[in-house]
Amino acid sequence: MKFFFQIVFFFILSSSCQNASEKIDNKVTKSVTLKNDSIWNFTSKTPMVFIQSGTYQPLYGVKNKEVKVSSFLIDVYPVTNQEFKDFVITHPDWRKSNIKKLFADKNYMFAWQKDTILPENLEEKAPITNISWYAAKAYCDCQGKRLPTVDEWEYIAMADESRKDARKEESYNKMIISQYEKPKTYLNLVGLNPKNVWGVYDLHGLVWEWTSDFNSVMITGESRNDFETDNNLFCGSESVNATDLMNYAAFMRYAFRGSIKADFSVQNLGFRCVKDTILTKKN
Amino acid sequence: MLNRFFKRRIIVILISIFTLLSCKTDKETNKNDSLFAINIKTQGQVEAELTAPPFVPKPVGKRKATKLTVNMEIIEKEAEMTDGVTYMYWTFGGSVPGSFIRTRVGDEVEFHLKNHPDNKLPHNIDLHAVTGPGGGAASSFVAPGHEVVFSFKVINPGLYVYHCATAPVGMHIANGMYGLILVEPEGGLSPVDKEYYIMQGDFYTEGNNGEKGLQAFDMNKAVKEQADYVVFNGKVGALTGENAITAKVGETVRLFVGNGGPNLVSSFHVIGEIFDKVHIEGGSLINNDVQTTLIPAGGAAIVEFRVDVPGTFIIVDHSIFRTFNKGSLGMLKVTGEDNKTIYSGTQSDNVYHSEGGTIQSMPIDANKKAVAKPTTLAERISDGKSIYNKTCFACHQANGEGLNNAFPPLAKSDFLNADVNRAIEIVLKGKTGEVTVNGKKYNSVMTAQTLSDDEIANVLSYVYSSWGNSNKEVTAKMVAEVRSKK
Repeated sequence: MKFFFQIVFFFILSSSCQNASEKIDNKVTKSVTLKNDSIWNFTSKTPMVFIQSGTYQPLYGVKNKEVKVSSFLIDVYPVTNQEFKDFVITHPDWRKSNIKKLFADKNYMFAWQKDTILPENLEEKAPITNISWYAAKAYCDCQGKRLPTVDEWEYIAMADESRKDARKEESYNKMIISQYEKPKTYLNLVGLNPKNVWGVYDLHGLVWEWTSDFNSVMITGESRNDFETDNNLFCGSESVNATDLMNYAAFMRYAFRGSIKADFSVQNLGFRCVKDTILTKKN
Repeated sequence: MLNRFFKRRIIVILISIFTLLSCKTDKETNKNDSLFAINIKTQGQVEAELTAPPFVPKPVGKRKATKLTVNMEIIEKEAEMTDGVTYMYWTFGGSVPGSFIRTRVGDEVEFHLKNHPDNKLPHNIDLHAVTGPGGGAASSFVAPGHEVVFSFKVINPGLYVYHCATAPVGMHIANGMYGLILVEPEGGLSPVDKEYYIMQGDFYTEGNNGEKGLQAFDMNKAVKEQADYVVFNGKVGALTGENAITAKVGETVRLFVGNGGPNLVSSFHVIGEIFDKVHIEGGSLINNDVQTTLIPAGGAAIVEFRVDVPGTFIIVDHSIFRTFNKGSLGMLKVTGEDNKTIYSGTQSDNVYHSEGGTIQSMPIDANKKAVAKPTTLAERISDGKSIYNKTCFACHQANGEGLNNAFPPLAKSDFLNADVNRAIEIVLKGKTGEVTVNGKKYNSVMTAQTLSDDEIANVLSYVYSSWGNSNKEVTAKMVAEVRSKK
């Protein structure tokens, strides 16, 4: 399994980031102005903030054993429709009509009838969704960024507006759960939910977000046979490994992550990127 | 010698044939044996008929076991809990409880579980009728915008609950993700005239019972098992008024009753009926002549009874505060001819003295000691209040607000204030049938009240003087006039 992922990984690295500007649609080049000096500059607008290293107690894991999270930079907003459109203009391999079946299911960029024209019902500044893990990963890779790990994501997502760890707050959990119950929030614009204490927006209340190792908790190899882990999500056993029983919101996130595969393109699932700093320590 | 040897041999052979034969007949007759069910061969493939409550699909009858395709879509949607209150339900097939699935022993079910792309969460299904790990849960975990397919063979006959078992399990069930799957025995259940699907569930909302607007799920109340709503078929009034289930006198009614929980156990009862037959816990054991049957959360029962007299039969969770304060109230309306032998109605209403039937003469001084009869309006209203709290309160509620879809309000009631003689008559003689009060239709039964003229005058004066009503004073004389009319 690991071997397979490595192959895929190298394949993505080698194939996805080529400068492919030679294949841009004629129609589109007229309406979109591209600066020729660099193909990366389409994302230079996305601000990033510095996240101080620290430790946290994950929902799943060994009791009383905190996980260290090294410092990193993170996009303050999820990637928007506009930003992803710019990406597929310069990277035709990731357009809806060109995407390799291995890298995305049939829901990939579902609402997009034309590869590089934003559908009418989607806003430029709303988060991009219906994107597979491979596409999200390629997007980040091509800017020298990467997808956050589950630990990195959970570490910053346990903050509310004033605390780095608000998980014990009843209001924090209630707010998140009620957001999870609201339908069609993927149509909303980024940056409208209050930013958390790190300065990061929309970790809750907008869309689910891809993480680089989203399947690491539940799926270790062949998931169906792996009762010890997989079954955590089902009847009865959900509480056995959980360190924080009341953190229902986190249960829902882990359940969601456990239900998806890397080629899935889900309407409520978007992503954002992170970047290592000099201070980032590799495990 | 040789002869003897042969004789012995023949006996041995005969015995062994005999035992073999008896083994065979044993296997053939024991149709409840799960081994028998496992070996049933299926013929053909059909798509299962699915129905929303309170209806059930057609009986399987003599149908052979088949490959049955079930197409079930999971939909998260906002819907009404009660007047002015909505809730974000998570549903199997768009209804709470989810679509009713009807199978027979030996069927091979090919289950297509579809998670609507607009949904936010992954879901799965655990069918209690499935023999296998997780009841199908592990194989049916499905992300929004995806469809999973898994198959199972139904081996044990009975009525089974299905539910979502995705973490947090309690929350998925509390939001309405449960329903029933019936596995009929070989040859089907005995035919009856009417079949209905009823499932109880408890709901936990951020606001208290009745608080208006879209109410979010309240995790803390759910953990503490403090339900705001306990209802049949997903909402208050799903089985009352126009939505009541119906039958005709002489018909046999079969109710498939489930309890989704997530927390509460149901004391299922139909007021004024005795269950002729109960498949206890939905299984093969049958109990007869049952008043109230216990249905555990995540369990079910099949109840059957013949309706012999007309009227409205109230379906309740006999943990009775749930019925009168949280919504677990349904109605079965039976039409047809009265049968006075079985139920007479009130035949006479006479004064009762504990000393005996003869006329008693009271000593004069005792009469003096007796509590003075209220005379002033204020006294009469005060007396009326105590009568109200003994007689009327259970249905019309403490502040005359009534109960949605069951009992009309008396507070600021246009119907009440329009006609005082009509109000007196209803208290005297009862009222059955549809009335419109403050723009809402009610179709219920109020029994005739056995109160004296004075008591009726006092209680009505109390009602008219309270809760924004017209302050009409009702006298004993007015009551006597109405009483004498007919």
